[in-house]
Amino acid sequence: MSILVTPNTKVLVQGITGSFGAKHAQLSIDYGTLIVAGVTPGKGGQFFEHGGQKVPIFDTVAEAVKQTGATASAVFVPPPFAADAILEGADAGLDLVVAITEGIPIRDMVKVKRALVGSKTRLIGPNCPGIVTPGEGKDSHGGCRIGIAPGYINKKGHIGVLSRSGTLTYEAVWQLTSRGVGQSTCVGIGGDPVNGTSHLDIIKMFNDDPDTHGIIMIGEIGGSAEEEAAEWIKKNCQKPVAGFIAGTTAPPGRRMGHAGAIVSGGKGTAEAKIAAFKDAGIGVAATPSEMADTLLKMM
Amino acid sequence: MNIHEYQAKQLLARYGVAVPFELPAKSLAEVRPVAEKIAASGSAKIVVKSQIHAGGRGKGTFKSGFQGGVKVASSVDEAVSFAEKMLGNVLVTKQTGPEGRLVQTLLIASGAKIKKEFYLAVLLDRATSRPVIMASTEGGMDIEEVAEKHPEKIFKQYIDPAVGIMPFQARKVAASLGLKGDLFNAASKLIIGVYTTWWECDASMVELNPLAVVEVADGKESIVALDAKISLDDNALYRHKDIMEMRDLNEEAPLEIEASKFNLNYIKLDGSIACLVNGAGLAMATMDIIQHFGGNPANFLDVGGGASKDQVSAAFKIILQDPHVKGIFVNIFGGIMDCNVIATGIVAAVKETGLKLPLVVRLEGNNVLAGKQTLADSGLTIIRGDTMADAAKKVVEAVGK
Repeated sequence: MSILVTPNTKVLVQGITGSFGAKHAQLSIDYGTLIVAGVTPGKGGQFFEHGGQKVPIFDTVAEAVKQTGATASAVFVPPPFAADAILEGADAGLDLVVAITEGIPIRDMVKVKRALVGSKTRLIGPNCPGIVTPGEGKDSHGGCRIGIAPGYINKKGHIGVLSRSGTLTYEAVWQLTSRGVGQSTCVGIGGDPVNGTSHLDIIKMFNDDPDTHGIIMIGEIGGSAEEEAAEWIKKNCQKPVAGFIAGTTAPPGRRMGHAGAIVSGGKGTAEAKIAAFKDAGIGVAATPSEMADTLLKMM
Repeated sequence: MNIHEYQAKQLLARYGVAVPFELPAKSLAEVRPVAEKIAASGSAKIVVKSQIHAGGRGKGTFKSGFQGGVKVASSVDEAVSFAEKMLGNVLVTKQTGPEGRLVQTLLIASGAKIKKEFYLAVLLDRATSRPVIMASTEGGMDIEEVAEKHPEKIFKQYIDPAVGIMPFQARKVAASLGLKGDLFNAASKLIIGVYTTWWECDASMVELNPLAVVEVADGKESIVALDAKISLDDNALYRHKDIMEMRDLNEEAPLEIEASKFNLNYIKLDGSIACLVNGAGLAMATMDIIQHFGGNPANFLDVGGGASKDQVSAAFKIILQDPHVKGIFVNIFGGIMDCNVIATGIVAAVKETGLKLPLVVRLEGNNVLAGKQTLADSGLTIIRGDTMADAAKKVVEAVGK
C-alpha cells in the first residue's frame, strides 16, 4: 500500500493547457500515471495528446469527474485563479486536490481552508512539489506522480518521506534510493503559511500505513507545525522517524524563499523545532547530507 | 512589502481608524508650511518623526551624532530645526544594523498628551489558518517581551473568515483593554477598522503600538493610532495597484532589487561563502551546512525550479557584487531541470565575470553526467563536490586558506 494515492489512482490536471501544467502532465504520463482528464475552461471537447495517449479536456471539473471517474487533481492554474480551482475540485467531490501553484495570496487560502471545513476533499499544498507513490517498473515507472517531483529518482519500498520543500524532498529520496532503500509515498506539503495538510496529518497516515516502516520528516523555520507533529509522534508513533530542520542560519524577520519560512516574534525558530524533534525521539540529521543515514541507523 | 508609518496611517484612515492630525514632508521646504498647519490646528506640541522601515526610531541616533529619530517640538521653529537634523541624514536604530537608514521623509504630527498606551495587532494565526486580533494593555512595550513574560496580558480574538469581524468581537477586545463609556465605543469602532484594513488590503500584519488614549484640547479624551506599522502580502499586491505605489526602493537592499528583476530570490547575509541553489528549502539547508562545517554563508539565493542559463549568469553577477564573498558554493539538485543547462550557465558566467574566487559545484539529478562533463571540459578550475557535505567541506576549506 501507500498513502493518499496508489498507481491505480485516476488523476485529472487543472490547467493542463498551460505550459507548466502541460509539461508536468506529459512527465506524469511518461511515468505511467493514470492521467485521465484535463480541465481548461473554454477548451472542453479538445484533447491533450502525448505519447500516443489522447486525454480529454473538459470545461469543468464536475464534468471531468462524471465522464472519467477521476478522484484526484493536480492544480497548475496561475495564482489569481488557484483558490477558485481548488474549491471547484472540492465541489466536484474529489478525494484529493494537490495545489502546485506558488504565490497564492494568503487571504485566498484563508478562505479556501475555511470553505474546506467539513469537506471530504483533502488538499495538499499549495506551493508544493506534490506526491509520488513509486511504481514497480524501471526507475519506479508505473507509479502515481501528481505534481512536479522527478519520478525516476524514486524506488518502490517502505520509507515515507514528508517535507515542506521540493528540492529537500528530492534530496532525501535520492539519498534513500542511492542506498538501495525504496519509498512508500513521498509528500511535499508546501511552503506557504496556510496549507491544506500539515506534517501531523501525513505522519498519522504513515503511521497507519502497514507498508510504511520508517519516516523521514523534513521541516523548516516558521510556524509550529513541526512541533505539533513531534508532540504526537512522542506519544503515538509506532515507527522510527528521522528528520532535518532547515533554516538554522536564517536571519529573523526575513522570508527565506517560501512564504511561510520566516522567524517572526521569536516564533518558528530552527532551534525550537530541533529541540522538539529530539524530545520526541526523532533522529535529527546534523546535516541535510545525512537524512537517509540517520533513519537507516534507527531501523 | 513594508510601508512607512505615514502610509500605513493613510490606509487605516480609509477604513475609519482615528489617527492624529499629521502630514508627511519630503523636503525642508515642505516642513515649515506643514508644521504651521499643525500648529494652527490648536496643537501646542509638534512631533517630528523620521520615516524609515525599522523600529526603535525614538531611541535611535543619527550618524551626525544627533539623538532621537522622533522629537517633540514646542514651536514651528523648533520643529524646523529638528527636521534639518533628520532629513538627509542616516538614522541608526537597534533594528537597522550599524549601516542605518537614510531619512528621506518626515511625518509632522500634532502632539497630544498621552493618557494610556495599548498594543493592538491583526495577523494570521498559522495554527488555525484564521486571522487573530491581539490586544494588550502593555502598549509601547516590545510585544515579544510581553508575550514571553506575561502571556496572560495578551488578549486574542480569532475571526471566522467566512463571517468576518462581528461588532461583539470588537467590543470584547475593547473590554479587554479596560475601556469604558465613549472610549469603549470609539475603540470598538476603531478595532473593526483595523481588522477591515488587514482584510481589505491583504496585509500580513497591521500593528498599532501604541494605540493611545490622548487628551484633546478641551480636556476630553479620544483614542487614536499613535504609531502604525503595516506589512503586506507580496503575493496579493497585484490586486492593489495603489498600495504597490507605496513601495520605497530606498528601503530595500540594491542587490535584492536587482535579483528580483531576474526572478531570483536573494537575501544578503554577513558571511563570506556565497551560495547558488535551486529551491528554497535546499537553499536554506545549504546555508546551514556551510555553517555546520565552520563557514559563514554570504547569502540566501534560490534560482528556482526552472532556472535558465541567463538566470544562472545573473545570479553569479549578483553574488560577486558582495565584496565580502571569498568563495562560491553551487548546489543543484536538478530533478526535472537539466544539469547540463546549469553547467553551461556556470561555465559561461565564470568566463564572463573572470571569476578568481574558489568555486565548488555539486550537481545531482537529471542529465548529471553531461553536466559534469561540461564542467570538466571547460578548462576552468572548478572544485567538484560529490555530496552536499563533501562540497560544503571543500568550500569552507578553500575559503579558509
